[in-house]
Order: sequence, then structure tokens, then C-alpha cells
Amino acid sequence: MRWQSDPLLHVEHLTMRFGGILAVNDLSFTAGRGDITALIGPNGAGKTTVFNCITGFYKPTEGRIAFARDGRAADADVAALTQTSKRHGRSASGDIYLLERMPDFEISAQAKVARTFQNIRLFQGMTVLENLIVAQHNPLMQASGWTLLGLLGVGPYRARERDAIEKAKFWLNKINLLERADDAAGDLPYGDQRRLEIARAMCMDPVLLCLDEPAAGLNPRETADLNTLLCMLRDEQNTSLLLIEHDMNVVMQISDHVVVLDYGTKIADGAPAAIRSDPKVIAAYLGVADEEEAQAVAGDRT
Amino acid sequence: MPAGRDTSSPPAAHRLNHALREAGFAALIAIGLSFPILALGAEPDINNQLALQTRWSWMFTAAVLIGSARFFAVMLDSSRARLLAIAGLLCTAFGFGTWYFAGIADPKIVGGTIAAGVLAMLAAFPADKPEKNAHSAAKTPARPATNLSSTAASLFSAAGIGALIAFPLAMLWWFGSAGSLKWINNYGIQILIFVMLGWGLNIVVGLAGLLDLGYVAFYAVGAYTYALLATQFDLSFWICLPLAGIMAAFWGILLGFPVLRLRGDYLALVTLAFGEIIHLVLTNWSDLTNGEAGILSIPRVTFFGIPFTAGEDGFAHLFGLQFSPIHRTIFLFYLILALALITNFATLRLRRLPIGRAWEALREDEIACRSLGINTTNTKLTAFALGAMFGGFAGSFFAVRQGFINPNSFTFMESAWILAIVVLGGMGSQIGVALAAIVMVGGTEALRELDFLKQLFGQDFNPVQYRMLIFGLAMVLMMIWRPRGFVSTRTPSIFLKERKAVAADLVGEGHG
Ligand SMILES: Nc1ncnc2c1ncn2[C@@H]1O[C@H](COP(=O)(O)OP(=O)(O)OP(=O)(O)O)[C@@H](O)[C@H]1O
Ligand SMILES: [Mg+2]
Repeated sequence: MRWQSDPLLHVEHLTMRFGGILAVNDLSFTAGRGDITALIGPNGAGKTTVFNCITGFYKPTEGRIAFARDGRAADADVAALTQTSKRHGRSASGDIYLLERMPDFEISAQAKVARTFQNIRLFQGMTVLENLIVAQHNPLMQASGWTLLGLLGVGPYRARERDAIEKAKFWLNKINLLERADDAAGDLPYGDQRRLEIARAMCMDPVLLCLDEPAAGLNPRETADLNTLLCMLRDEQNTSLLLIEHDMNVVMQISDHVVVLDYGTKIADGAPAAIRSDPKVIAAYLGVADEEEAQAVAGDRT
Repeated sequence: MPAGRDTSSPPAAHRLNHALREAGFAALIAIGLSFPILALGAEPDINNQLALQTRWSWMFTAAVLIGSARFFAVMLDSSRARLLAIAGLLCTAFGFGTWYFAGIADPKIVGGTIAAGVLAMLAAFPADKPEKNAHSAAKTPARPATNLSSTAASLFSAAGIGALIAFPLAMLWWFGSAGSLKWINNYGIQILIFVMLGWGLNIVVGLAGLLDLGYVAFYAVGAYTYALLATQFDLSFWICLPLAGIMAAFWGILLGFPVLRLRGDYLALVTLAFGEIIHLVLTNWSDLTNGEAGILSIPRVTFFGIPFTAGEDGFAHLFGLQFSPIHRTIFLFYLILALALITNFATLRLRRLPIGRAWEALREDEIACRSLGINTTNTKLTAFALGAMFGGFAGSFFAVRQGFINPNSFTFMESAWILAIVVLGGMGSQIGVALAAIVMVGGTEALRELDFLKQLFGQDFNPVQYRMLIFGLAMVLMMIWRPRGFVSTRTPSIFLKERKAVAADLVGEGHG
């Protein structure tokens, strides 16, 4: 139960209101370091909204999102940081961030929380390789002396750029797209674009990677490949994953921990096996139109 | 694209019917539009009062021309045949015009051109074979990967730069020192100023995808910075040039800081307003800028301290040449050429640095940029400031070239003109922008040369007055045929194996 023994993300009393709509209602959960944590729920349950709060695209109406980037943080340290007006503090094990206080680009750059989008957001008019290089913007920017040295052609920029290309090649190899490195990202088939978006996020060396429905629109073969890829990220790259997924096969196969949302409220939280047999979850899925999912959730009990 | 092109062709009779109907409709629209412009004209009469004149023949000519063009467009499938038909149409119109409007009744000219035109129009119909590749291109999704050979490209640009360096000397040799002035000044320098402005704005609009409708403001800041520093404090051009760039960049940041957080359309509005505000300030802050009267006798350019004068210590004397005002013009040409090339090489280099890639990524998808840790506000700000800086350089060059500036040189028309160059050239493409500047600025200059049109339309016909009309028409036609500009593909900034151009329809246009 790593989400209890070594959590890296603490979401506490998160509430997000859009005018009259209560998209997320007093949600608390933790995600374990090195876990694949799945966030599931029927359409409109508020999953993407939770992601947007964690990654800073929305400012939560209420609540705290603490992120212990480097190692388990003592509650007292987080509480002490909350008392100050700072976004970033240190505990014995490393840096802690209060994500709800940070702008989106700092969350990805400093706290190392990367994400993908439900509707793929690649740089369509740039090549596959360029997409992966742009993802390494901040270290490269530093290497180019914030452009000044790079413009004059001095400094370590050339070497760092070569490293960046190597890293891009490494990931292209992992997602089997090395052959298409020089093609425009918008020219790739849908499934490849999904994998490229994951590789692009991985080029930032994230500690936590948030994937919004990575299997949407993939055929069974591609879905199986995706499962392998995600397990590889967890096991070889030591990246913790937060995953929104409708495909229950994916969720049950690869996740270590499942959090279930319905109408913005958490209705269940636990290991996949426990979720599968939770009557509230089955009711939530049976209550909505998507029969197939409900059956998939209930699947093993019959 | 006209309807019914990719569906199978309708029967001939039906098609003729359809084409005639379309042609009539187009002619009616042409009459409606050209009635106030062509058919009615106000001319001062003997008592210097405006009198209304009617020129029905002009209007009907326009209607017939446009109607026939539409007829051909509907009747003909292949673009080659259409081109032939339109050329024939223009040829016929020319022959007819020389006879009717200019009163030249030489049967050889009139008859010859009309006959050639009619023949060409008739020849268009047999030449009309549906183009195979037009259809297959629509079906196969695979794009032809244009492989840009980098050695060919660098050879081409080296040749281009060589030609530009040789240009003033060639003109001098060909036309003599009096005759070459027009070529070096009106064509060379004027075009290069707009090439440089286009390249500067290209950073903002083409690369970062930020719509800036008030770019001329930075041009004005640069020009006035030089003019004021030089006249008030006697600073030399070479000191003022960087200061003018810094000043313009400073204003760019000042304006950009509050505005760049806004969405694209607001940015366009605010920059538009900023351009107007600068214009108004320059007009009304008479104490500083001398208002409408402008700043006179701005120190002229010197050859690194040596003035271009006829005297003892002048350039010509020191270099043992016969004094001629063309020396200064040639020096100005090389100066703007150097400034423009610096802009170009800086931009090309920036594109390969993280900041340039971030600009393009910003144009493609701002939200994705933020998810990758890119500070979008700062990134936009750098694009804005750098674009402004190059505008400021160009402005101080303008001031040192003219020796006199007033606010009327910095109107919205100028901004629109520069933006049109960027859009026409193909957003983000350096070579495209240069081509567009040559076509648009050079084309305007060339209009002054079209004296033969006077023979056609009478002595008081001044083609330059139709500049905006022609410009508008050209823009409309471009938007139909090449909506992404002359060079619409994007060249990647980095590659593993080969540099493949990115197809135009994938490249984003930015916001607003
Ligand atoms: N920016 C916004 N403004 C207003 N309402 C919003 C906004 N974003 C989300 N919502 C609302 O919040 C609720 C939750 O939306 P959200 O996109 O988080 O659902 P989801 O669980 O991701 O659904 P799906 O499975 O369809 O992706 C919905 O009712 C949605 O309409
Ligand atoms: Mg969603």
C-alpha cells in the first residue's frame, strides 16, 4: 500500500466550482511513489478537472495539493509550508511543492509533474523530433545562456543539444517512431500521436506523469502496447503515473491503486481487486448509460 | 474551389447554361461594385468646382472582363487552360483598349492583338484536359516530402547575397551615376527597408504567431530616437542605431507586458491602438517632436565619420573620386542591406535555438507549451521585443536616409503594408517575406513606370492612384490561390536523417 506508506501526491479537500457547477467536491486522495494510480469515473465525473487542478491549469476553489517530489514528506513539514505564503519548501527527504499555489509552467518545470491531454495536443506543424526537443526547453535554454551565448555560438549549447537529440532518440526507440523522426507530428496516425505525446512528456524527466485517457481511440493491439509502455515507465524509469482511463481492462491490468469519482465526489479508493467488487462503484457505472464499462467493472464477479 | 469540380462533369449544354448564368451574375456584381469607383468620377472643372463625370465605358469594360473571366473559370477545368483563356482575354482587351480609349487606330496593333487574344481564348478549350494529379493528390493522403537539399539552398542564398552586393555597382555601370539613382534608391533601398521590416515582424507574427497590427509604432520610435538624439545631442548615427533598437525593444516590452497575457484577438486590438497612440503623440507633442512639421535637417549618414560632401574632407575627395551624390545612396544601400542581413541571420539562428523553437511551439499550441514548462509570457515578450528592436533599427535607418521625418510616415497603412508582406510571403518564411516585399514595394514603384497605360487610358490616368485597388485585388486572388502565402511550407529547425518540409495545412497560424 504505497499510497499510504510513501505517497508523493497528497490531494486534500480539493473543490472546484465553475459558477453553479460543482465539478470536484471535497476530494482527498494520495498517489503512491512508483505506483500507477488510476482515476476513474463516468463521463463528466470531474476527472479531467482534477488533472487541471494538479497541473495548474485551473486554480482550485478550495483545497491543498502537496507534492513531495523527492521522498516522503513529514506531515509537519507540509503543514509548516502551508502556514507560509511560499510555494516551495524543503523537508528532510527533499523538496515539497504546494501545487495549488504555482502557475502551470512552474509545476511542470520545477515540481516535475508532466501531463498529456484528453484531446491530443502535439505541435502538429513541427516534426516528431522537434516536439521532443521543445519538451527539453528549460535545460536547453540554460545551456544556450538564455539565448545570448547561443546566438554568439559560444558555450555548451551545441553539446547539450546533441544530448537532447540522444534523449529524443531514446524515447523514439521506445515508442517505435524513430523512423518517422523527421515527419510532421500532425502526419502521424492517431495511435502514434498518442504515444508521441507520452514520449514528449517523458522528455521532461517527470517524477509524476498524468495521462488523460491515453488509450482512447486505440485498437486492442495498440492498447496492449500502451500497457507495456506504461509498465515500463513505472518499472524502468521510476516514474509515478496518474492515469485517467475508461478502458477497464487497462485499469484492472496495470494499476496499483484506483480512485473512483462520481459527480465530483470520491466514492471508492483502493486496490483494483477491491474496487472491482465495490457495490458503490458498480452502482455508479450501472447508473450511467455505459453498460459495457459497468460489465467490465462487475466482470469478474459473475 | 468552385463547386462541381471533383464531381463528374455535368453534360455540356447544362454546363454552358450554368457558366453563362455565373458569368452574368459576376458581371452584375462587377457593375454594382465598379459603379461608384469607375463609372462616377469627380473632376475639377474650369471654375475649379468639382463636377461629376460619368465613364460608363470603363464600367462596362470591367463588367465584360470579369464576366468573361468567370465564364472561363466555370467552363474550363485545368488551370493551364484557364491561364491561357485569361491571357487571351487581356490581350483582346488591350487591343480593344488601344483603339477605343487611346484612339490609336493602327489596324496592325488593334487587329493583331484582338485576333491573337481571340485565338488564345479559343485555343483554351481544346487545351482543357482535366489534370490528373489534381485528383490523385486529393485522394492519397501521403504528402510529397519535399526534400530541401541544404547545399542547393545555401548556394542559392549565397548567390542572392552576391547579386545584392553587386546590384548598386551594376546599376552604376549600366545607367551612369544620374540614371542609377532611381534604381538604387527607389527600388533597392525602398525594397530592402520593407524586407527588413517584414523580417522583423515575421518574428512576431510568423514565428510566435502573435498578431501585431501596430508594428509601425516601433519603426517610429526608432526613427524619432535617432532624429532627436542626433539633432539635440549631436550623437552620431552609429551610437544612435543601437540606442534606437534598445528604445524600440523597451517600448515593445512596456506594451507587451500587460497585453501578452491576453488572448490573441485582444493583442491585435491593443497593438492597433498602440500604433495610433504613437502616431497621435508624435503629432501632438509639439515640444518634443515638432508636431506635423516634423524634425528637419537630421544629420545625414557619414562614411564612419567622413561626410559625403563635395568639400576637402568629403568622402569623394579623400578617396580620390569625382564627387557625386550617388556615393551616399550607394552607402545607404549597403547599410540597409547589412541591417537586413543581420536581421535575417539573427532570425535563422534564433530559430535553431530553444527560444525560437519555443516561439514556433507557442504558435502551434500554447497550452501544450505550458504543460512542458515553458513560460509563455516571457517567450512572447522576447518575440515582441526582438521584433520591435529590428523595427527600431529600420526606423533609425529611415531617419538617416530621409534627413527629415514627420508623423505621416508612420500611419496604420504602413503597419498594414508590412503585415501584408509577411502574410503574402508565407508566415515564418524568410525567403517568402523577401519575395513579397519585392513584389509589393517593387510593384508599387513599377506602377510609376507604366507610361504606356497613359496611352491606353488618356493623359490624366495615373496608375499609382490605383495602387490600393490593385493591392486589394492581388490580396484577394492570393487568398484564393495561395492562402498560406508564397512559401507556405515550414522548414524544420532540426532533423535526424533528412530535412523534410512540413506541409502548409499542418502549420499553425497562432492566435487572433
Ligand atoms: N472550464 C470549465 N468551465 C465550466 N465547466 C467545466 C469546465 N471544465 C469542466 N467543466 C464541467 O465540470 C464537469 C466535469 O468535467 P470533466 O471534464 O472534469 O469530466 P471528466 O470526468 O473528465 O469527463 P470525461 O470522461 O468525459 O472526460 C463537467 O460537468 C464539465 O461540464
Ligand atoms: Mg476528461
